[in-house]
Amino acid sequence: MQALLDQMIQEGAFAGVPKEVVYTIAMVLTAVVVLSAFVAPLAGVTSWLERRVWARMQSRVGPNRVGPQGILQWLADGIKNIMKEDIIPTAADQKLFPLAPYVVFMGFLCAFVVIPFGESLIVADLNIGILYLLSVTSLVVVGILMAGWASNNKWSLLGGMRSAAQIVSYEIPAGLSVLTVVFLAGTLSMQGIIKAQGWRPWDWFMFHNPFTFCAFFLFFTAALAEGNRTPFDIPEAESELVAGYVTEYSGMRFLFFFFAEWGNLYVIGAVVTTLFMGGWQVPPVTDNPVLLGILQFLTFFLKAYFWVFVAMWIRATLPRVRVDQLMGLCWKYMVPLSFICLLGTIGFMFMDTNSRRIFGAITLGFAIATIINFFRRVGFQFRSAKPEAYWKPHI
Amino acid sequence: MTDYAADTGFYAEEMTINVGPQHPSTHGVLRFVVKTDGEMINEAIPDVGYLHRSIEKIGEKVTYHGYVPYTDRADYLAAMFANQAFCMAAEKLGNTEVSRRGEFCRVIACELNRLASHLISVGTFGQDIGAMTPFVHALRERESINNLMEEICGARLTYNYIRIGGVGYDIVPSTMTKIAEFLDHFEPIVEEFNRLLSGNKIFIERLANVAVVSKEDALSYNLVGPNLRGSGIKWDIRRDIPYSVYPELDFEVPVGTAEVGSLGDSFDRFWVRIREMQESVKILRQAMTMIPKGPAISKVPRKFRPPVGEYYARVEAPRGDMGFYVVSDGSEYPYRVRIRTGSYTAMSIIDKLSKGIMVADLIALIGSLDVDAPEIDR
Repeated sequence: MQALLDQMIQEGAFAGVPKEVVYTIAMVLTAVVVLSAFVAPLAGVTSWLERRVWARMQSRVGPNRVGPQGILQWLADGIKNIMKEDIIPTAADQKLFPLAPYVVFMGFLCAFVVIPFGESLIVADLNIGILYLLSVTSLVVVGILMAGWASNNKWSLLGGMRSAAQIVSYEIPAGLSVLTVVFLAGTLSMQGIIKAQGWRPWDWFMFHNPFTFCAFFLFFTAALAEGNRTPFDIPEAESELVAGYVTEYSGMRFLFFFFAEWGNLYVIGAVVTTLFMGGWQVPPVTDNPVLLGILQFLTFFLKAYFWVFVAMWIRATLPRVRVDQLMGLCWKYMVPLSFICLLGTIGFMFMDTNSRRIFGAITLGFAIATIINFFRRVGFQFRSAKPEAYWKPHI
Repeated sequence: MTDYAADTGFYAEEMTINVGPQHPSTHGVLRFVVKTDGEMINEAIPDVGYLHRSIEKIGEKVTYHGYVPYTDRADYLAAMFANQAFCMAAEKLGNTEVSRRGEFCRVIACELNRLASHLISVGTFGQDIGAMTPFVHALRERESINNLMEEICGARLTYNYIRIGGVGYDIVPSTMTKIAEFLDHFEPIVEEFNRLLSGNKIFIERLANVAVVSKEDALSYNLVGPNLRGSGIKWDIRRDIPYSVYPELDFEVPVGTAEVGSLGDSFDRFWVRIREMQESVKILRQAMTMIPKGPAISKVPRKFRPPVGEYYARVEAPRGDMGFYVVSDGSEYPYRVRIRTGSYTAMSIIDKLSKGIMVADLIALIGSLDVDAPEIDR
């Protein structure tokens, strides 16, 4: 890449432009192309998968017409929405209204810069990686607020207002839970956090001690709230606020909001995987760097996608909380709890290795017991469910 | 308001929001003019009349037999009850005997319809609160009931099944078997629904102590049906002003018991509906064993001319006391038909209850009162 650029500079393709500017532009262009080629299908397929998973949980079929099992549904939806009229209401703010979807989209796209898909598969391993991620994902709230205000619609305004309050509040428990991991890893870099863990489950930060185990749930809940997912989807609660901040949007601008939402789902999964589940760490099975890279990528992708699936599952199961209950949950329970987790983890860091191992083992045992109990309850639901479980995934 | 502005120096004003006529949660074309202070509601004025179809006036222009299909449209989620109420009024005016098998067929059809209507009610209520899956599960079960209805009378929504003097078609034994199979399937489904939705912590938190209707309010605002029983008043037309063969059947009248919050809150009204579904299953089982042999409809002249008089017939519909007031002048056509429905009175209490609750609670309140636009406007 660099060699190619150097050669083009030698040949005088960019005469009069400083070398650094050419490099920067080339880097940005490459990043945009690579990210769009990866992120667009990712968000699209996630949207298709969500609809399918959701449909099966609701004894429906879901989209199954476009492509095999309807996997290309997102393309059809995209084409349909591009061809639709882009309506900007006369009373809306003519500058902010068209701009808002791109701010939301940028906030979520920037997060992909620091997501480590493998040991070498990362756009930029910033030394402030996780801090950068938290801050760029907060850009989304600016876009949503912009959309809510500029639409000149009362439902949009209520949605934007709710969203701002919600995302700003849930930044705090999310940030504090991230801090527990940062304390343990001693670095803010995403790769550094992953390298501080191992491939075995008991090397993961999730099972490091009871407090990180608790912090994991706090972070996942807070991340769901920041991603406007059920049960915290109050900004776009369609049964209350018609469609919240997207009420006045149509066509591709409307789609951009949802594009960002589904993409964000994967970002949530990726961050949870990075911080608590050992990221791309794989057992040392091969020395071949290409094979290892593929293995790492698959490990990371599947771990992250598991949490995407859990988020879909939660969305299909739970009702929505009310706005005051949402704030109460954050400020009365999650913020104090995440402070306790932080302090507890600091306490653990003073412990010697052996007693730390014991507590780690206890946490792991507790986690396994939780998982077994969970599956027992799921099994009970399956056995006592009257409509027969229909295992065939294809229709 | 003014105090807040004076104290803080911030200028605050009420925001007027239109909830409806096109809104996902108003269950039809309903409109509320809501004045809010941020999320808090100061006032919610219902505006009815968007779905008015002059069903009462049409009654003066068609014959008694011909009016029965129109009554279906009074409340299309529970068409059977409007059929029955009108036919009861007409029968009383014309001194017509109803065949005994016909009465049992009516009870079976009505209770199936009650199940379908309550399923819609609790399902959409879940959807208003944000739970999408229970809604689809409830509609799946309603679909089986619609199939049964199709077997009974050939229609899935507007039945025109109950006629003056009995019912249009007899329920054949094979349909009886299918109904019994459905009931065996349905009873555990209610349990499953409760595990999925009614027992959910978020759902309970959303509904407990929200929009509490006291006994006095319920009576003075003339709430009927599950809304009245949710406030702890044991009043059911089937039990207290018996009609048809209900006195022979054994069933409970579920009332609100302050299950999770205070008596008469949104959850109590929801819970009454769930328990009524279980009671309906009980009634259906009894009616299917007790049903006698005989004709499904008694002899009624084609030109039905009741003598001069007037009668008010009431039935216990899913949305409460449904009444048909029919005046006859001795001709082939009713002189006047007036319909009394439960949702219309339920609308009047919304303004009182909505003061000081949040926008999300208003949606829960509308859902818990189970107001239904076609029934309000007729």
